[in-house]
Amino acid sequence: MDTEERTGSRCSCSAGPQAESPCCSAGTPPAGEVGTTTSTITSADRLDHLLARWGWNRNGHRVEPGLYRLGSPTADSPVFASANYTLSFDALRSALAGVDAWILVLDTHGINVWCAAGKGTFGTDELVRRIRAADLASVVAHRKIIVPQLGAPGISSQEVARRSGFAVEYGPVRARDLPEYLTTHTATPAMRRVEFPVADRLVLTPVELVIALPMFLAAIVLWFLAGPVAALAAVATILTGTVLFPILLPFIPTRDFSTKGMILGAVVALPFAFSFGTSPALPTWAGALAAAATLLVMSAVVSYLALNFTGSSTFTSRTGVKKEIFRYVPVMAVMAAAGLLAGIALGVSRLMGAI
Amino acid sequence: MYDSYTETSLRYDPDRCVNCRRCTQVCPHAVFAEGPDRVELARPAACMECGACALNCPVQAITVQSGVGCAWAMIAAALRGKDMDTECSCGGDDGSCCG
Repeated sequence: MDTEERTGSRCSCSAGPQAESPCCSAGTPPAGEVGTTTSTITSADRLDHLLARWGWNRNGHRVEPGLYRLGSPTADSPVFASANYTLSFDALRSALAGVDAWILVLDTHGINVWCAAGKGTFGTDELVRRIRAADLASVVAHRKIIVPQLGAPGISSQEVARRSGFAVEYGPVRARDLPEYLTTHTATPAMRRVEFPVADRLVLTPVELVIALPMFLAAIVLWFLAGPVAALAAVATILTGTVLFPILLPFIPTRDFSTKGMILGAVVALPFAFSFGTSPALPTWAGALAAAATLLVMSAVVSYLALNFTGSSTFTSRTGVKKEIFRYVPVMAVMAAAGLLAGIALGVSRLMGAI
Repeated sequence: MYDSYTETSLRYDPDRCVNCRRCTQVCPHAVFAEGPDRVELARPAACMECGACALNCPVQAITVQSGVGCAWAMIAAALRGKDMDTECSCGGDDGSCCG
C-alpha cells in the first residue's frame, strides 16, 4: 500500500526495462554466478571517478549488477547492498578493506544509491529480485542484508523481509563510516545525518559547469555585439551560478536558493555595471541603462542557476522547491526580459548612431 | 518571506507509532527523535520529503508526498503542461540534479 501511494509522486522516467544498457547487455553473468572484487582503488578507477565527476559519458559509469565476493567471505559473512554506479560501488568496497563480505549490486542504471532510491530503481522490487537471482539464501546462513541508509527512500524494509526472508539493516549514510559501524552494528546520530560540506559541494561543480557549457555561446555572441567586457560578464555569470554559488551556498543570506542567487548575482554584477555605467564612450542615460541591464540580467541568470542547484543539494524538499519556482521564476523572467530589452534598446541606439 | 522551506507534506500520527524507531534510522536530517514511549517529530521543517520514513514505517504512522526536489525537471514539466509532481528527468543526460 505504501508503494502504491508513492508511485504517483515518484519520478516516472527510465523506469522501463534495463536490459539495453550498454555494459549490462555484454557478458551478463548467468543468475547465481558470483563475481570477485577487491578493496583496491586503481588509477583506472580514479580516472573513471574523475570522468564521472566531469559528466563524461554520464550514464556509462557502471558495474555489472549481481553478487560479488570481497576477500574470502563465508556463509556467515555480512552482505552489503550497493548500486551499479562505480562511485557508489567503489566507495563501499574501498571502505571494507580487510573485511570479508558479500556485495549485492543492484541495477540502478548507473545512478548513485540516493538518487536511484528516490526514483525507485534502488528499490524493494530490484533488491528482492537480486536476492533471488543470486540465490542469496543458499550463499549465506544468516538472513540479514546491510543496505546503505540513503537507499531507504526506495526500500520498504518490512516488504523486503516479507518477500525475501531477509531483514534489512540500514547502515550509515557514508560508506567510510562502515568500519566503525561494523564493530557494534549501531550508527551514531552523526553517521545518520546528511550534511553538505564544502568538499561535497565542490565536487558537484564540474558537472554543473559542463551542463552550462552551451551558455558560453552567449559570451561569444556578446563579444561581437557588445565587446570583451560584456563577454567577460557572461562568463562571470555562468561561473558564479555553477561554481561560486555551490561553494558559497551556506554563507549567502536568506534560505531560498533563488534569493541567494539573486544576491550573489547582483554582487558579481556590480563591477560590470559600474564599468558600463561610467564608460566615457556612452552618454549618461545609455550608461545608466547598460548598468541596469547588467544588474538585471546577471542576477536573474545566477538566480535561475541557483534554483537549479536545489536538485543537487541534500536538503531541499519538493514542496519548498515548488514554492520557490512559483515565487521567483516569474520575477527572474521579468528581470531578464527587462534587462534584455534595455540591451536591445542600446544596440538599436548604437546602430542608429544615437550613441 | 525568503524561506520557502518552512512547511512540508510530512504528516505524523503519533497514536499509531509502535516505537520501532525505524524512522529515526532512515531519516538523513534527524526529523524524528526518540521519545519516552513513541517517536517524536523533532525537526519537521528539516524534512526534505525523501519518503524513507513513510516507506519504512510498519504501521503507516507517517505520510509524505515524496519526490526529488529537482527544479529543472519541475520547470520543464510545468512548461510542457505536465504535472510537476509526476515528471522528473533526473539522472539522465539532460538534468542537473542527481550529481
